[in-house]
Parts: sequence; C-alpha cells; structure tokens
Amino acid sequence: MVDIPRRSLLAGIAALGAGACARVSDSEAGQSLFDTAEDWHRKAQRALAGRQRLAPEYSRADVSPDFKGNGSLTVDTSAYRDELASGFTGWRLAVGGLVEAPFALTMDQIRALPQRTQVTRHDCVEGWSAIGEWTGPQLSGLLDRARVKPEANFIVFRCADTLYGRDYYESIDMVDANHPQTIIAHLLNGDPIPEKNGAPLRMRIERQLGYKHAKYLTGIEAVASLDDIGDGKGGFWEDFGNYQWYAGI
Amino acid sequence: MKKRHALSTRIWHWINAGALIVLFMSGLNISNAHRYLYWGDYGFDPADAWTRVVRFPGWATLPQHYDLAAARDWHSLAAWIFASGLLIIWIAMLINGHFRRDIATERKDWSIAALTSEIAAHLQAKFERHSSKYNSLQKITYGIVYGIFLPMMVFTGLAISPGFEPAAPWMVDLLGGRQSARSLHFIFAWALFAFFAVHIVMVIVSRPLRQIKDMITGGKDEDPSHG
Repeated sequence: MVDIPRRSLLAGIAALGAGACARVSDSEAGQSLFDTAEDWHRKAQRALAGRQRLAPEYSRADVSPDFKGNGSLTVDTSAYRDELASGFTGWRLAVGGLVEAPFALTMDQIRALPQRTQVTRHDCVEGWSAIGEWTGPQLSGLLDRARVKPEANFIVFRCADTLYGRDYYESIDMVDANHPQTIIAHLLNGDPIPEKNGAPLRMRIERQLGYKHAKYLTGIEAVASLDDIGDGKGGFWEDFGNYQWYAGI
Repeated sequence: MKKRHALSTRIWHWINAGALIVLFMSGLNISNAHRYLYWGDYGFDPADAWTRVVRFPGWATLPQHYDLAAARDWHSLAAWIFASGLLIIWIAMLINGHFRRDIATERKDWSIAALTSEIAAHLQAKFERHSSKYNSLQKITYGIVYGIFLPMMVFTGLAISPGFEPAAPWMVDLLGGRQSARSLHFIFAWALFAFFAVHIVMVIVSRPLRQIKDMITGGKDEDPSHG
C-alpha cells in the first residue's frame, strides 16, 4: 500500500508536465514547431541520402512468410467483389490532373509496360515490418507519358477503399514521384496482389512508412496544391488521424 | 573561483533532461501501437516476437491518452534537441577538458580493490568527501551513459527511420536489421531509465538540495588540485 501515494505523486508530476505539453501541442505555435521539426527531418534526410538513393533491396530468400494486411483489408462494394471475381478485367487506372495528355490503362496494358521488380521492406508507422517482392511499372514512366505540367507540385493517389466512411487517398511530392523505386505494383512475390494487400494495384513509396503506400489504386492525379483535397492535409491518415505528411521518420 | 560544473554542462544537463523525459514518455505511447519486439529485418507476427511489452498506462505516456500521431510529433521534435545537444556537449567536453579530467578512467579506477570499496561506500550511503572529483563508479557510469547509452539512442533511432536508411544502410545492417534496431532502441531507452532512477536516488541520498543548486548555479569546485 505504501507505493500508492508515491505512484500518485509520480502520476501527478507527469500529469502536470503533460498538461503543459497538451497546451503546447494544441496551440498554433506548438503545431508549427512540430511542422518545422518534420520539415527539417525531411530536408536532412534528402540532403544526406540524395534524391535518388535507393531504399535497401533484399534477395528473394529474405521475403517474410506472410505480408501483413493492415488498414483497409478489402473494398466493401459489389463492384469490387465482381472485379475481384473476374480478375480485374474492368479495372481502370486513370492518370490525369495537371497533365498535357491524360489517359487510362487496363490491367493488361499495365502488365505490358516496362516493369521493375524489387524486394523491399515495408515499415508500418505502428512499428512492425514485412518484406515482399513487388513488380510493376515505374510511376515516372506514366508521368512522362502524360506530360506533367510544370505547375504540378504533388502527385495524388486515388483509391477505391474507404475507412471510417472517408475515401482513402495519399500524396507525395515530385521527388518521391520520380524516384526509381516508386512503382505501381500489381504483383506481390510473383502473384497478383492479394485482396488484403490492395488488389489489384498498390503504390510503393519505399522510403516512407506504410500508410503512404495507397492500395486499391484507381487514379493518379498531378496537382499544384493539396489544400482542396480531403481536409487538405495530403492523405487519409493525415486528415483523419493527424499523421505526418512526410512519413520518412 | 572555479565552478564545480561548467556552464555548458549545466545548460546541457537540464535541456537534455527535458528532452529525454519527452522522448521517453512519447516513446511509451509509440510502443503501445505495436507491443511486440523482434530480431532481424522483419517482424509483424506476435508468434515471432522475442517479447511482448506491457501496455503503458496513460499517466506514463505523452500525450496522456493513446495518440500515435501526436506522440510521433513530440518524439521527432525532441529528437532534434537531444541529438544536437549530445553532439554539442561531446565537443564541449573534449575542448574544456571535462571528459579527460573528470570522466576518462585510469587503470586504478578499474582495480578490484577500488571498485569494491566504492561499492561498499555506496551501499552504506557514505558520500561525504572533500573533493568534487567523481569516484571510479561515477566515472565508469557517466562514461557508459555518454559513450554508449545516449549515442545508441541516436543511432538506433536513425536506423528505424525509413527515410534515413538510404543514407547509411550499413547502420541498419550493423545493428542486425530494422527490427533488431527497434528492439535495441527500446532496450537502451530502459537502460537510460535505469540510470535515471539510480541518478535520482544518488542525488537524494547525498545532500539533494546542494546537488540540484550546484547543477543550476555551478557550485564551488572543492578539489584542491584545481587550486
């Protein structure tokens, strides 16, 4: 019984400090301090690694026995179930926004493009990691073909899935969009991507955390600003959970 | 008059203490997101975990409720203060001689006789001394904290950051893979907590008010050899 007052004293001190911390994080100045710290991390990482340096690639023998599914594990619509049953013969990937020549691709057309295969590690913001072999065309090839206008600053990924009643979406800047490992994957470990991992198409943004890797991909959109999309923070988790837009940390 | 603690030591001590408390408490919040630790490159299945970590109660975490995004905000901000502070204090210690004079050990600090008598004195809480110089146990402890525990927090922290990894993939390999680095980040955080607990106890049993005052004002150097 002796440790109860001590524990409440500790808890009291913690609460006092945390109360002050809550005031900091709820304030505008506090939030801009966090944003500045995040910005410095991004700039430092880009300066140290360079824009094109690759995330480590593993050998096929290093692939983890399973690839954990997290977040959306399916798309809860009859249209998606029909597509899943038919092998996604009607699935289209639209490339548009601030581009000279918008277009759309079928799965067969995506499979016919030049492919990149990479065995990479997927790190979830929660802390776990899985390793898988991903295959698909590079995003940069599609953007070149669409001829992105110079005023585009970000690439937005549109998805078929919803979480907590909101459309999932994500975004990256042009540095990551043109990175060689940024691919639109349609194969995981040599097979079509399983439903729980984002069938039929999933983005790979290898130098950032898992929530940037949009699943059930339906559209790629070049934009000048993220302000008018969703709540304006650049992604589902950024809007809904206040997650950091730059997920390289 | 010569001070017991240099100004650089005092400023760093308190800033670092604040940064470490924020890092530790926000880290406990982050730990609650996935309470399993693994060795190697990957790990997601609790069946492969070498340990399951307890769920840390709200009063021990920052914020005081589970909020991964806010905890990561605090962690990323305090990491800058902690890592740059560590770099600066190391440079200052090497320039002003604090490391060579007070922390670097000599052969006699490692002799069994010296260590056993120090341990006996600690256990009897005998801390009255006429010198401000650190005893052997203090030198060894501070050396381990400065040279291993604190730098390892920075290295293991960098190693689990996917955006940093392309800059120094060898660091992740050296630590045994990303999940090993994450496990080590956790282990060294608790090693620092153990140091923190012992440090607080030692301050409390050895004239706490004077110790705290000296770490603020600098105190008076009572080592006759510093004349």
